[in-house]
Amino acid sequence: MASIEFKNVSFGYEKDKIIIEDASFELEQEESICMVGPNGGGKSTLIKLLLGLIRPWTGQIRVFGNGPESSRHLIGYMPQHLNFDDQFPITTLEVTLMGCLSSGSKIGPYSRKDRASAEAALEKVNLGEMAKKRFSTLSGGQRQRALIARALVSDPKILLLDEPTANVDQSVEEEFHNTLKELAEQISIVLVSHDLGFVSGWLEHVLCVNRSVHMHPTASIDGKTLNEIFGDNIVAIRHDHDCPPGEHIHHHGEDCDHGK
Amino acid sequence: MGSELINALNEPLFDFLRYALAAGLLASLSFGIVGTYVVTKRITYIAGAIAHCALGGIGFGLYAKHELGWQWFDPLYGAIIAAVISSLIIGTVVLTRSEREDTVIGATWAVGMAVGFLFIKMVRTVTVNIESWLFGDINFVSSSDLWTVAILGVSVLILTIFFHKQFVAICFDEEFARSRGINVPFFYMLLLLMSAVTVVLLVRVIGIIMVIALLTLPAALGSRLAKGLPGMMVWAVLICSIFLLLGLEFSMRIDAPAGPSIILVAGAAYFGFLLIDKILGYIKSHGDK
Repeated sequence: MASIEFKNVSFGYEKDKIIIEDASFELEQEESICMVGPNGGGKSTLIKLLLGLIRPWTGQIRVFGNGPESSRHLIGYMPQHLNFDDQFPITTLEVTLMGCLSSGSKIGPYSRKDRASAEAALEKVNLGEMAKKRFSTLSGGQRQRALIARALVSDPKILLLDEPTANVDQSVEEEFHNTLKELAEQISIVLVSHDLGFVSGWLEHVLCVNRSVHMHPTASIDGKTLNEIFGDNIVAIRHDHDCPPGEHIHHHGEDCDHGK
Repeated sequence: MGSELINALNEPLFDFLRYALAAGLLASLSFGIVGTYVVTKRITYIAGAIAHCALGGIGFGLYAKHELGWQWFDPLYGAIIAAVISSLIIGTVVLTRSEREDTVIGATWAVGMAVGFLFIKMVRTVTVNIESWLFGDINFVSSSDLWTVAILGVSVLILTIFFHKQFVAICFDEEFARSRGINVPFFYMLLLLMSAVTVVLLVRVIGIIMVIALLTLPAALGSRLAKGLPGMMVWAVLICSIFLLLGLEFSMRIDAPAGPSIILVAGAAYFGFLLIDKILGYIKSHGDK
């Protein structure tokens, strides 16, 4: 069974303005992909469809064989962050606990079990000792990891990240991608990104979203192709230059060559 | 040095003062809790509009009571109804994003007050003291007000116990809350309704114009002192009660109305805190060099 399955899905917010047209693709279980495309091309819409927040005009979406609404708890989600107000008094643990909202009781406080899973999720991203600290005191990188923990807390099978590194500096970004790379060995990651370079080494497929939706093997994408499809707003640089000669021929195609 | 407030509370004839104080302390609970959500969700302006709109209902209530002969109809009921209607209007506009939010808030605010003022002017059989509704007057606080405050306060408390985690989620990160299947419009509306009910609780004591400050300033101070939201709520409830006590004491000493005195205490504490915080921050950053 595919983890995500789109069959001829079309959607738009207004009647004559189609955003996603006839999208069909499948994602194997435990496979990770990167979603790229220009702003306004439909990436966020695709995410909303996947989370069951909007319903397609036509076509069918299946997440582990069920409708997206009933599979919501299987998808851990990290939104493109967050007008976070530094004066918002909330602890890292309280932020992480929000990941438990879709499971458990709808009325009353979080359960002891929720708290245990939130603490465990923070441990997993090496933030265990920050649990009781105010979220606003965390560094940019730590905040990103806390939000990952929040997405992981419900034990999802898919982790959906919308431009997670849009507002952090490059060292944080690299560290963050290492965390993701490790996670990708356990669950399937759907990463929305402007920057293919970071992920091309460990993701096999790229989902190109620009009204139409196409899955490409990462190896077949090079900077020139991307520029043709999306214009200039996509970065395709390989940041780790030490590709072993054998590996880059077999898996990465031209990746090392167009890096600079 | 004795406390004027304590002396006055022992005065047998001052029932109203005992009621006012009890109502204030009871209401502090709702003010601290709902104020925390209002401040973190940044809807102070909306809560302010709702409070001002309550005058429409008060006006109608006075008219109904004195001109239509609805003796049972307390103007406070009217205030609650008007506050609820205005929060439904504003909430719908915000949620559907159908109109300019700030324009609609301003319009609701002004129209609510206009309706109230016209109704009050149409009351001819008795003289209505508008000032007492705008700025509060503890002489009018009665035992039935105390019941209204208690019942509404308990309802707010129960809703908070039930749905605190949903409220936190929509205050912190609406988009994520939605992705977890939280009915964001429902809880947003519920939050506005709770604010509506809460601001009305102390209309008798503080008046509709200034009540918003007592909703938000204790919570704003609480947010500086606490690490998390539960702590912020506890601080806000405490600070709100202290403002009420100090404000009442202050009003007795200078023989002035209670409402403005309480707000003045709250404002002085808030701005004083900000100032000291800035000065300390300045000293610290320059001390490091």
